[in-house]
Amino acid sequence: MAIDKHNYGTAILSAFEYLLENYPEVFVIGQGLWSPWYVGNTMTDLEKKFGVDRVIDTPVSESACTGAAVGASLAGMRPIVVHPRMDFMLYAMDAIVNQAAKWSHMLGGQAHPGVTIRSIINRGGEQGAQHSQALHAWFAHVPGLRVVMPSTVADARDLLIASVLCKDPVIYIDDRWLYDQEDELPPIVELDLTIQRPVISLMGSDITIVASGHASLLAREAADKLENEDISVEVVDVRVLNPFYAEKIVESVKKTKNLLVVDSGWTSGGFSAEIIAKVVEQLPVDCLNNPPIRIALPDAPAPTSRVLEKSYYTSTSDIVLAVKKMLKLKL
Amino acid sequence: MKNQLKELSNPEKFQSPIDISDVNVDVLMLMLESMTTIRKTEQQLALGRKSGLIGGPVHLGAGQEAIAVGISQYLQCTDRVFGAHRSHSHLLALNPDFYRLFAEVLGKETGFSKGMGGSMHLFDQLSGFYGSVPIVAGTVSLAVGAAMAAKLQKTSDIGVVYIGDGAVEEGIVHESFNLAKIQNAPMLFVIENNLFASHMHISLRQPSDMISRFAEANDIPYELVDGNDVVAVSQAAKRLVDDIRSGKGPRLLELVTYRFYGHVDWRDDVDVGVKRSLDDIENWKARDPIVRLSKSMTESGYLSKHQESALNQRLDKEIDKAWNRAMSDPYPSADATLKYVYSEEK
Repeated sequence: MAIDKHNYGTAILSAFEYLLENYPEVFVIGQGLWSPWYVGNTMTDLEKKFGVDRVIDTPVSESACTGAAVGASLAGMRPIVVHPRMDFMLYAMDAIVNQAAKWSHMLGGQAHPGVTIRSIINRGGEQGAQHSQALHAWFAHVPGLRVVMPSTVADARDLLIASVLCKDPVIYIDDRWLYDQEDELPPIVELDLTIQRPVISLMGSDITIVASGHASLLAREAADKLENEDISVEVVDVRVLNPFYAEKIVESVKKTKNLLVVDSGWTSGGFSAEIIAKVVEQLPVDCLNNPPIRIALPDAPAPTSRVLEKSYYTSTSDIVLAVKKMLKLKL
Repeated sequence: MKNQLKELSNPEKFQSPIDISDVNVDVLMLMLESMTTIRKTEQQLALGRKSGLIGGPVHLGAGQEAIAVGISQYLQCTDRVFGAHRSHSHLLALNPDFYRLFAEVLGKETGFSKGMGGSMHLFDQLSGFYGSVPIVAGTVSLAVGAAMAAKLQKTSDIGVVYIGDGAVEEGIVHESFNLAKIQNAPMLFVIENNLFASHMHISLRQPSDMISRFAEANDIPYELVDGNDVVAVSQAAKRLVDDIRSGKGPRLLELVTYRFYGHVDWRDDVDVGVKRSLDDIENWKARDPIVRLSKSMTESGYLSKHQESALNQRLDKEIDKAWNRAMSDPYPSADATLKYVYSEEK
C-alpha cells in the first residue's frame, strides 16, 4: 500500500486534487485561490491543472460567491467555496444561514444544497480583531448545517472529501496553526460524513479532555507532557460539531470521572458550553469527581499587541496547569 | 427623484388595448388563460386569508401576471428559475397546478413543498422552478450560481431571477450583477418594478425610478418595457433569452407594473401606504394586463363574449374544486419537523 508523506496543508491540497480529478461536478470558488498569499500551500497550481473555469478566483464578493455556490449546488454541482479568513465570511451569512441551511427543510426535503464552505481560521502575528475569529459555535447552532473541524492531517484530507460528497451544506473549518503537522497517509478511502463521530485520539484514565480543531492539537501536546508526569489523559477530538453526537465523550467521562474542554472560540456562549451541557445531561448523578472546566478565549476581541496576544491565546502549558489544578496535584 | 421611467410610471397612460398583430391566436389564448388562472387563484387565496382558513401571510401579485406569463413562454423545464416573496405567478406560469399551490399555502403535505413552505417557500424543480424565499434579494446570487452551473454543465439552460424594485437596494444584487457579467453567466435578471417596496414608494427610496440604470453600470444589456402588456413583455423576453442561450452573457429585463392588493394579504393598504392612493389603484386597474389583452382579442375577432365567459366559468369551477380538495388533504406528519433538516441521517 502506497503511503504518502503529507503535512496538513498538502493533505488539503490532495483532497482538492482527488475531488477535481474524479468528480466533474466539483468546482472551487472564492477569493485568492490563485495566490499562496491567501490559501498557503493548500491549493497550489490547482487552476493550472484543472483550469480557471473550475478553480475560480473571484471579485471581492464573499456574499455573491457563496450564494452562487449554493445555487450551483441546487443545480447538481458540488461546489466548494473558500473563505481565506472566517472574518470576511460574515458577509455571506444570508447565503449560509438563511439559504443553504434552510432549503432542504422548508421545501420538504426536495432541495439539496450540497455545498461545502471551507473557512480558514487565520490569526496571530498581531493581526488583531478582524483577522482572527473562530466562529464555529455560531454555525454549530444552526440546524441544517454540518460543521467539520479537522485537527489531524488525515482528517484534513478525508473529511474535506467527505464534506464535498455529502448532500448537505457543510462548513469545513481549518486553522493555519495546524498546517505544520506531518503524517503519513494511506491511499484515499471515501468516508460517509453522516456517520463520522468524535474519536478518542489518545487513550487515558485520569481525565478526559475534549477539543476540536487547533485546540485538539494543544490537548494532545498537553497530554504528552502530562504523561511524563504519570498523569494519564484521554483526548477526544470532536471532528464534527453539528450535528453533534456526544456518546463517545460521555463514555470517556464515565471512565475518567473528570472533564476538561478546550475550545479556540470565546468562552461565553461557546461550543465548550455545548459539550459540557450534553455530557452532564447524560451522566449519572455524582459521576464527576470535580466540576467540569473549560479553557477558551477571554470574552474580548483579539488584541494586536504581541504581549496581549500571547496571553490571549491558549497555550499547551495553560492546559497542563488546569489539569493539575483540577486533579489537585502539585503545580 | 429623477423620473426616468417617464410615461411608463404614469397610471393614466397605457390603458388602451395592446398590439397583438404579430402573435398567433393560439398563443394569445394560452397567455389569456394563464394570466386568468393566476388572477383567479390569487383571488381565492385572498378570500382564504381573509376568512382565516389560511394561517400565514400571502403576498399577492394580482395586476402583475403579464410578466411571468410573457417570460415563461420562452423558458424550458431545465432552466433554473428563482422567485421571492411574491412568486405565485412565477410558479403558476411554469406549472398551472393551482391545487398544489392551495395545498401548500394551507400547509398540507400534498403541496408543492410538502406543506413545509407555505406561500413564501415554493418549489417545483420539474417545471424549472428552483425555489422562492422571502428574504428580499436572497435568491439573486443563487440564480447566478445556477446559471454558472448551466455553463459548466455545457447546456443551453439559463438562470432566471425575479426581483422587485426594493430588492435592488440590497448590496447583494450589485455583487450578483458584477459576478454574472464577469463570469459571462447565462442569466436573466427580471425586475418587476411596481414602484413600491412594502409600504414605501420608490421616490422615497431611490434617486431615480429606473432600475435599469444598474444594468448600464455593469455593462449588462437590458430592455425596459410596459409590464402590463403581455405581448411586449414576451417579445422582449424572447430577444433577451435568445441572446443568453447563444452565450452572450447576462441580460436584464425591467417591467413597470403595479400590484392591486397591498404588500401582504387581501387589503388595499392605502392607509399604511406612503403615496399609495385609491385613485392610483383605480387608474392602474384600468391598465389591467388581462383586460387589455382580452379587449384586443375581442376587437380583432379572436375572442367572443361566449368564449370569454366559458373560460371564466371553467376556471372558477376548477379552482373551487381544487380548493375544496386541498382543504380536505392531510397535514404533514409529526415527524416532518425533524425529518427534513438534513438529507439523511444515519
